[in-house]
Formats: sequence, C-alpha cells, structure tokens
Amino acid sequence: MDSLGIDVLFKGTNFLRLLQGLWVSVEISLIAVVLSIILGLVVGMLMTLNNPFLKTILKVYLEVVRIMPQMVLLFIVYFGTTRVFGWEVSAEASAIIVFTFWGTAEMGDLVRGSIKSIPVIQFESAMALGFNKVQTYFYIIFPQTIRRLIPLSINLITRMIKTTSLVLMIGIVEVLKVAQQIIEANRNSSPNAAFGVFAVVFLLYFIVCWPISRLATYLEKRWE
Amino acid sequence: MELLKVTHLHKEFGQNTVLNDINLSVEKGEVVVIIGPSGCGKSTFLRCLNGLEEIQGGVITISGLPVEAGKRDITKLRQKIGMVFQSYELFPHKTVLENIILAPTKVQKRDKEEATKEAIELLDKVGLVDKKDYYPRQLSGGQKQRVAIVRALLMHPEVILFDEVTAALDPEMVHEVLETMIALAKAGSTMLIVTHEMAFAKAIADRIIFIDKGDIVEETRDVKEFFIEPKTERAKKFLKTFAYE
Repeated sequence: MDSLGIDVLFKGTNFLRLLQGLWVSVEISLIAVVLSIILGLVVGMLMTLNNPFLKTILKVYLEVVRIMPQMVLLFIVYFGTTRVFGWEVSAEASAIIVFTFWGTAEMGDLVRGSIKSIPVIQFESAMALGFNKVQTYFYIIFPQTIRRLIPLSINLITRMIKTTSLVLMIGIVEVLKVAQQIIEANRNSSPNAAFGVFAVVFLLYFIVCWPISRLATYLEKRWE
Repeated sequence: MELLKVTHLHKEFGQNTVLNDINLSVEKGEVVVIIGPSGCGKSTFLRCLNGLEEIQGGVITISGLPVEAGKRDITKLRQKIGMVFQSYELFPHKTVLENIILAPTKVQKRDKEEATKEAIELLDKVGLVDKKDYYPRQLSGGQKQRVAIVRALLMHPEVILFDEVTAALDPEMVHEVLETMIALAKAGSTMLIVTHEMAFAKAIADRIIFIDKGDIVEETRDVKEFFIEPKTERAKKFLKTFAYE
C-alpha cells in the first residue's frame, strides 16, 4: 500500500498551522452560533405574535435564508457591499454577519415551533397567577422552550460549523484552506498528502462537533 | 361583604353568544357551585372572571375594582383571584416547591424563605410535604391537583375559581381533591366551583347556580331542596341525567 500522506503534517509547523486554521473556523462558528441563539429566541418569539406585518416580514426573511446559498450571501456581503455602499467589512466580519443572519432565521423558526408546541393553557395558568407577559416568557415559556429546542438546534449548530468551510471562498484561511496549502506545497515530496491531510481535517471537524451532540444527549437526559 | 359582582355580562365567540346577561354577586366566604350541561358556558364564565377571556358587555368587579382583559392592571387583579384548572397546569420544569413559590416570590416579591415556610405548611396540610422536591411528572393526577390548589392558595387570593378540577382524575383520586376543597370551604375561603360531581356540589355549596345555554336558569341558596326538587324543568331534566334507575 502507498503512503497515506499523513507524514507531511509532521513537517515544520504544518500541524500547528492546521490547528490554527481550525481555531478560525471554530471562532467564526462560535460567535455566529451564540448570536444566532440569542437573536433566534427573540425572532422566534416575534414569529408567534399575531402581528400580520411582522409575520410577513419574518416569513420573507426565513424564505430568503432558505433559498439563498450561503456562498451567495457571503459574496454579497463581502464583495457586494464594498463597491455599492463603500463599506469596508473584513472577511471575518462578513462571515459572522452571514452565518448569524442564516442561523437567526433557522433558530427563530425552531424557537417558534417549540413555543407553539407548549399548550396555550400553560400561558393561561401563568397569567392566572399574576405573571405579566415578560415574566411568563422568562420564567415559564422560555425554560420549557429551550428544553425542547436542544435536540433540534444541535443539527443546525453542527451544520453551521461544517458550512464555515465556505469562508475560504472570501479569502479566510481556515482549516480547509490550510489543508489545501499544505497539500499544494508538498505536491512533489508527498503526492498522497491529499488523502491523509483531508482525513485529519475530517477528524478535526468530528472532534469539534461530537462533544456538542454528547452535551445535547446529556442535557436531554437531565431535563427529561 | 360583597367581594365579586357581575352585572349584565355578555360574552360571544364570533357570532356565537356564549353568556347572555349574567348577573351575580358573591359574598366573602361564600361557596358558589356552578353546574350545567357541557358547553353551557360555565367554564367560560369562570375564565371571564379573571380576564382570561375578553367580554363584549357588562362589568365584573372584584372588591370594587373592574376586571378588564388586556389592561395593564389585570396582573394585579389576578393575584386576588386564584384559579385551578382541570388539567392542573403545573410547570413541568419546576419541582413541586418551585411551582408553588414561583409566583409569590417573582410576582409579589415576597421573601423566599417566608414563602417556602408557608408552602411547606400548606403541603403538609394536603399530605404532600414529602413530595416537595418531586417534579410534576412523578406525581399522580390527584397529587398534581392538590399541588395546584396549594400553588393558588399561596398567593393569598380573595376568591378561588375551580374549573372542573376533578374531571381528569381517576375516581379514587377525586375524593382526595374534594376533601382538600371542603377543608378550604370550612376555613372560610370564597370559592366559585364548576363541577360535574353532584354529591360534592351538594356537600360544599352555599349556593347553587344552574346555567344552561348561556343563561342562569336557576339560582338558589336552598341547596338541599335544589337536588330534591329543582324549580325549573331544565334543571330537573339535567339532574335526571345523573340518576340511574
């Protein structure tokens, strides 16, 4: 059997560079995921209100996010706005904006579904005890919503982490880009590096996403 | 002393009139039992009293203050009106004790220790003090309903509304809940009770109100007489449905 081409990772600082690239991916996803959860709670709550104007706007927003490929959104924010509006948005900021824009819409829809699945009479029982609207959401509805949300949002969060690989298209040097660079630089000395390096990238993504799904399983069990 | 007053209450859902010109006055300490066929509007009536339903006409007052759904003050008024639901509606993510002290500490801003102390006293009275750290899903229906009653009581309401509180319970659990309510009535609580348990109604009521098709058809303080010989034909017919020859 030919060499797997993993050896290139032990040359120089290659492996360290790969980890640094991973950190870029994780950092972008982490910020975007946290912002998406917070904003998604708000958007999801707004979606359940019976305001026709808000409902329409949020529906359009959700559809836009679902229809548009994330890469197109990245290009619009990073390349598009610079010329048209003269905004100097860095690649990292563009990535965070796009991923938050996406995550908020989808998280909002998950939150909406979770809130809707809580029986109306839970709201009424809280109101009958004298809770006002804000207190009802804060003490009674949101804690129950979040418990229902965990299994649903894990899928979204891991999808967001995986999709950050697109940001190499706007020049961000994240884990996949570093992997490519390493492979290119060693094309002659280790022609098999593509297999080994990408396999390690796969492992790295796994190491990031797996604990999240373990945490979800743990929380689900605890809150059962 | 007049605690609750309803004048010319009118309630409709779209084109459907559910309650038509209801007038009622309840004294402090009185136990009023509302009976009537399914869909007659008795549960809706209770829900109007704490502003869970908007009304289309008439005035409801509690200790002289008007109950208006959707108004800012409604949360203050609701603290004076306890309500217990058919399906208990405990908060599933909180323990028994947390369920009970949540509203007193967060809504009324009472001291947590003092509220906990009172909660435990009341739980002891209904025989559930050993369940204080359980979650609702670990309790039987009858236990949940007694917790729901304690939760309503801890707000120190001036009147408590009971909306078919035993309708979802197994027969042997009905008894434990009704015993709790009779103890409350004896202690002088003002209660409005919607129920299908006629024997219980007879035992607890100071006054019976019979509602049919959105109207108060018969109203009497002579509770015994009502169950032997009601004055109206409609009440007679209704009571007959509970008797088996």
